[in-house]
Amino acid sequence: MASTHHNVSAELAIQPGRFVPDPRDLRQPLSVRVRPYLIIGPALLLTVGILYPFGLAVYYSLTNYTLSNPNYSFVGFLNYKMLLTDPEFYHSAKVTLAYAFSATAVETILGLGVALLLNRETPLARVLRTVMIFPLMIAPVIGTLIWKLMMQPSVGILNYLLGFIGLSHFEWAAAPQTALFSVVLVDVWIYTPFISLLLLAGLQSMPKEPFESARVDGGSAWFTFKNLTLPMLAPFLIIAVIFRLIDSLKMFDVIYAMTGGGPGQTLMNFPLQAYYYGILYMNLSYGLTYMIILWAIVYLISQILVVYWGKAQQRAAGL
Amino acid sequence: MHGAGRCAVGMVDHGADGGINMESSARNRFIQSLLTVIMLIYFAFALFPIVWMVLISLKSQPELFTTKFVFKPTIESYKAITIGLKYLKGTGSFRPDFPRFFLNSIIISTASVAISVIVGVPAAYALARFKFPGKENLAFTFLSFRFAPELSVIIPLSILYRRFGLYDTYVGIIWVYQLITLPLLIWVLRGYFEDISTEIEQAAMTDGYTYWEVFWKILLPLIRPGLAASALLAFVFAWNNFIFAMILGGGKVQTVTVAALSFLASEQAHYNQMAAASLISAVPQIILALIIQKSLVRGLTFGAVKG
Repeated sequence: MASTHHNVSAELAIQPGRFVPDPRDLRQPLSVRVRPYLIIGPALLLTVGILYPFGLAVYYSLTNYTLSNPNYSFVGFLNYKMLLTDPEFYHSAKVTLAYAFSATAVETILGLGVALLLNRETPLARVLRTVMIFPLMIAPVIGTLIWKLMMQPSVGILNYLLGFIGLSHFEWAAAPQTALFSVVLVDVWIYTPFISLLLLAGLQSMPKEPFESARVDGGSAWFTFKNLTLPMLAPFLIIAVIFRLIDSLKMFDVIYAMTGGGPGQTLMNFPLQAYYYGILYMNLSYGLTYMIILWAIVYLISQILVVYWGKAQQRAAGL
Repeated sequence: MHGAGRCAVGMVDHGADGGINMESSARNRFIQSLLTVIMLIYFAFALFPIVWMVLISLKSQPELFTTKFVFKPTIESYKAITIGLKYLKGTGSFRPDFPRFFLNSIIISTASVAISVIVGVPAAYALARFKFPGKENLAFTFLSFRFAPELSVIIPLSILYRRFGLYDTYVGIIWVYQLITLPLLIWVLRGYFEDISTEIEQAAMTDGYTYWEVFWKILLPLIRPGLAASALLAFVFAWNNFIFAMILGGGKVQTVTVAALSFLASEQAHYNQMAAASLISAVPQIILALIIQKSLVRGLTFGAVKG
């Protein structure tokens, strides 16, 4: 027995290919070569069930499919042309981008501050690191409902508190001027911990030596932050921004739960437009056109940010 | 960078002895307490809504419309949404079927995660260990589900589901929830498999373990903590989802998130019950979050940050 074991190990040492099934390695028996596909098969099957509707989405956006017109036909880029001449579309684009960029910007700055503050070993910081994640774990819809209740004029607490500074008639999401502010506020409440959490992980993974030598050299706090902390944190910061930016570009839950896109058209971002056209008005092809355009925007932004991420990682590794 | 991270677990304490160079310790103490105050202000913002929700849920109907912080607490609202109207004379419950929605959420989230674990663990293993054509494309296809706008899949599915009788069924909802749970599990677990040295597998095979035994007896136990954490996080994601269940489900498979929203739309007066319902649906998430705290960052970033 012992000698067979020895042989196996010798064989492994000479032919590592035998150990890892490779469909292209013809020396392996077929049963071994198909193994990767067999193992991944069930997941693939589920995936097809999701890729197929997505393919349909792209196709439908090129047709005039509505529920009242089931005998749809291919119309090329007609929906896209209509969309690009529709003032509603430009308003939506503005709402989508304004929501995503303002929420992400506030969360990044606030999240960075919180992470730096919590990156210490006091008992208070330790407790706060734990409770910090509560808003992030509550369903966004539930979180939004909590805020909606707080902003409510009769039972809500916020206007009572604002009364002390003479703002008891603040209308929050009910007024077009402050609606965007109100939903971004909720987004910031939910997702700032996401950024803080990632940045804390980044801060805690930093090597100590560069900071010690910076202190010995008498570098100022700002100098250390700008030249050491920030570059080392950059890969974490960019990952956090990628996730937040994409998720807030396709944000549905918070806006829908708060106002359903209102007042009027004020908060109609792309996902809400797609919902109203595609589901409620049964104009599937037009609703899907919004989604395909959003998908293209998301893809473009993530591609750009991933390149930055790679560069930031290289720079951080070189420090 | 990540490797260094896991070795140097010690904290970089900028505040106490690190970056800030202070001449006088009095000024240092002032800055320290200023930072503590800022920290507390942020946490007032983060936690006040939850605390206020607890207060509202404990208020009786007459006291609901006062902003008093001192009142006689009552668990009437909790009784109303769990036991329902008939056992409580007078108070009224607008949703005596709340427990059913809660159960729906449990069934759907648990089943979604279970299926994702069963198909996702082998897939993650294959993506981590094997070399095969199209591997990276496949991995990114899984990842793209996480970033695709949900409605681009839901709108066509709403047609298909009605055509194939999957609308408002558990099977239909659990299938579409794979969009949430499967990419998470595959990507996080792939990272955990990659963390295990292939030498361990080689050694086990030299010891006479078969290919499948290595997987079951060596690898699976090694990734079990990571698997548990990512499965729990997937459960949280599934539980928190709103849009899939709202559009592809009707009254039969309604989840708590969908139900919670209809509470506010249908009943304007029972804010205390709505608060109680929200809290009950939020508590499981908070408990799970506390359990998986250590691997939360890794899960939330799909393995991109190995916190």
